[in-house]
Amino acid sequence: MSAVQAIASPVTSSGRRLAIRLRPGRMVLNVVLALIAIFWMVPTISLLVISLRPSSSYGVSGWWTVFTDPAQLTLQNYKALFSTGFATGGILDSVITTALITVPATLLVTAISSLAAYSLVFGRWRGRTFVFLLIVGLLVVPVQVALIPVAQLYDAFFNLTGLHVYATLPGVVIFHVAFGLPFGIFLMRNFYTGIPKDLLEAGRIDGAGEWTLFRRVVLPLGLPAAASLAIFQFIWVWNDLLVGLVFLGGNAHHTLTIYLFSFTRTLSNDYWVIATGGIISILVPLAIFFAFQRYFVRGVLAGAVK
Amino acid sequence: MAALPRRRSLGLRRAVATPAPELGGVPLSAGALVETGRPPGGGWRSHLGSLLFLAPAVIWLAVIVGYPLIGTIRDSFYNGNSTSFVGLANYKTVFSTADILVTFRNNVIWVVVAPFLLTFLGLVFAVITERIRWATAFKTVVFMPIAFSMTASGLVWNSIMNIDPHVGVLNATLETVSDWFSPPGLYPVNTSAGQTIASLAASGLRPGPGGTLVSSASVSPGQSLRLGLIGISPATLELVGAKSAQTVSPVSGAVNGLVWRAFSPAHPTVRNQVFPGEDGIVGMHLTLLGSDGSSVATTTTDVHGDFSFTGVSSGSYHVQLDSTNFSSGFTGIYWLSGNQSITPTSGLSQTAQALLSIPLVDMSMIIAYLWIWAGFAMVIIGAGLAAINREVLEAARIDGATEWQTFRRVTMPMLAPVLVVVFVTMIINVLKIFDIIVNMAPSVSQSNTLATELYYVGFSSPPAYGLASALAVLLFILVVPVIFINLRRIR
Repeated sequence: MSAVQAIASPVTSSGRRLAIRLRPGRMVLNVVLALIAIFWMVPTISLLVISLRPSSSYGVSGWWTVFTDPAQLTLQNYKALFSTGFATGGILDSVITTALITVPATLLVTAISSLAAYSLVFGRWRGRTFVFLLIVGLLVVPVQVALIPVAQLYDAFFNLTGLHVYATLPGVVIFHVAFGLPFGIFLMRNFYTGIPKDLLEAGRIDGAGEWTLFRRVVLPLGLPAAASLAIFQFIWVWNDLLVGLVFLGGNAHHTLTIYLFSFTRTLSNDYWVIATGGIISILVPLAIFFAFQRYFVRGVLAGAVK
Repeated sequence: MAALPRRRSLGLRRAVATPAPELGGVPLSAGALVETGRPPGGGWRSHLGSLLFLAPAVIWLAVIVGYPLIGTIRDSFYNGNSTSFVGLANYKTVFSTADILVTFRNNVIWVVVAPFLLTFLGLVFAVITERIRWATAFKTVVFMPIAFSMTASGLVWNSIMNIDPHVGVLNATLETVSDWFSPPGLYPVNTSAGQTIASLAASGLRPGPGGTLVSSASVSPGQSLRLGLIGISPATLELVGAKSAQTVSPVSGAVNGLVWRAFSPAHPTVRNQVFPGEDGIVGMHLTLLGSDGSSVATTTTDVHGDFSFTGVSSGSYHVQLDSTNFSSGFTGIYWLSGNQSITPTSGLSQTAQALLSIPLVDMSMIIAYLWIWAGFAMVIIGAGLAAINREVLEAARIDGATEWQTFRRVTMPMLAPVLVVVFVTMIINVLKIFDIIVNMAPSVSQSNTLATELYYVGFSSPPAYGLASALAVLLFILVVPVIFINLRRIR
């Protein structure tokens, strides 16, 4: 219990910083930290620079030569990747495919989790704690455990109804939602328990139905948590490789990670595609990371159990 | 309603990570009293309403998580396409197939090494960023990789750790450092192709100590030496600008001679004569050794391969071709090699060494993993640090505790639960490690883990669903203890 409480406070509370004392060691500390920060940026910078160098220069000279010879920078790799437009299996098609999986999966998880958390916190039925603990138990179940049975389930569904789910976008979304729900419910439920029940009881006395209470009282109050969950889930699904590989199987459309993964066998020849596609693939999560860093950090702190 | 906004921010801070205690037990205002009676908002309809809210989640989880969990256990006792019962055969296969046992070894390496290093790194970062003014910038930089897919990260590190110093920045850096201390010679010996320095000696030379070649005969001032080498390519000589070799005549008071490539297509077996068309070896560093083996003078051959030590006092000498001529310098570390291992050497039995050796590729991938996740550990541990009551720390200092004692005796015990959270989270994360391995390891068979092996076994053709399910069940068994840890913590 204390563990979770300890991590609950906001990250950057400058007032809590230990007293800064002037010491010669502090200079050294700053230099060492600066070196670590540079080291941490090198991979990202290298990917960006490789994507901006001619594709033929990979393996001939190092990307760091750009610092002495900036003239080699070019946009030709991006032009080459974009030149095929939205052709199936291309980079732009992969961006669309990834978005078509990520956005529904995120919205569904956020909506369903919020509803379930409402029921778990404000519902008046027995066994709420038991159901919640059951869901908490599912938090760490690895996706690997469900891959094969769910694939078989999709097949059985096709045999029954003639509707394809395997190798379709809905098939991927369904799987992602299922494995996003335990964390989503956990996060939303914990947030909702902080909402005073008087608020709802007042509404109930006035004759408001459960849907109205959820829609008018709990949902607006829970927006910050919903935002954390949505951002966390969005980045999680956007960056997934395994679920896409399995459930998008024979589909001609790829997610961005599958697109990148498909070049790992021809790495040295096609590294320019990987670098350029890699930069394109991280743009969206990076933009979200910087725009909503506070919410993202909250999601991470809450997700320490996932 | 006026109090609402305040309530909201308070709720956020606690509720995001804290399972706050149920408010139900606390006697509240009028609302709570009503709750004990009949629900006013419409009896059974209200019950049904809130139960309906739970329905989508429960159905979804039951069909896509709950049922498959049972399905996997069932499949693990069935054959490859789940049609006939095979008992424990799949589990026997798992524990008797060498390739699959390698996956266990790799999983153990990951689980033992990665969470420990990560928690340590996160702790160090969290503690020291409390002492700098630009902590937010540092944290952002270190935390940012968590937004990248592990696929992209794995591919980035694949390039960074490339063996070719023209591609991999890691090896390029090491090459620069290495060249400061021991620059490569003009005539590097390709040891990886089986070439030895001794095999270069063609005439008038024998292997000397420490990778050198020494003239077979002793020499006095006024005498000449002819030192022939083979195994040096004409292309190399052309590159360094070598010219044709000529026999050198003795000069009084000097030790002189010729170092040349003693190979002529016209006389392929004659080594001790200088034929037309044979090139001198330029830029060879030589040392004149006294009779006791000490260095007397040094010189370098010219474009014709000629050398001369002048003003040499009388006595008996040897000429040495220095080892630096043949040094191959830094050729790159194959970071992603599954065959090279970090092996403990000190006084352990061979079995113990084999068990404790870590393939280099696993360590390299763990470095990439640290790059991705250290920010995560730092942020959580940092939040834990910020939550520690400063008055307790101040009290310890006032009592005369040193900085280190305060950290060790006060901060660490208070932080321990947070460290456990990070550690356990990372164990779970590492057990399922997949993306980094398939994108970074050149030969997956060497660095397979449970998760990658499961994918390759279960989703190749023909599929081995039974075997893959057995692996999934084992993976699940490994996370079961964490389920109970979570439940205890949350209750």
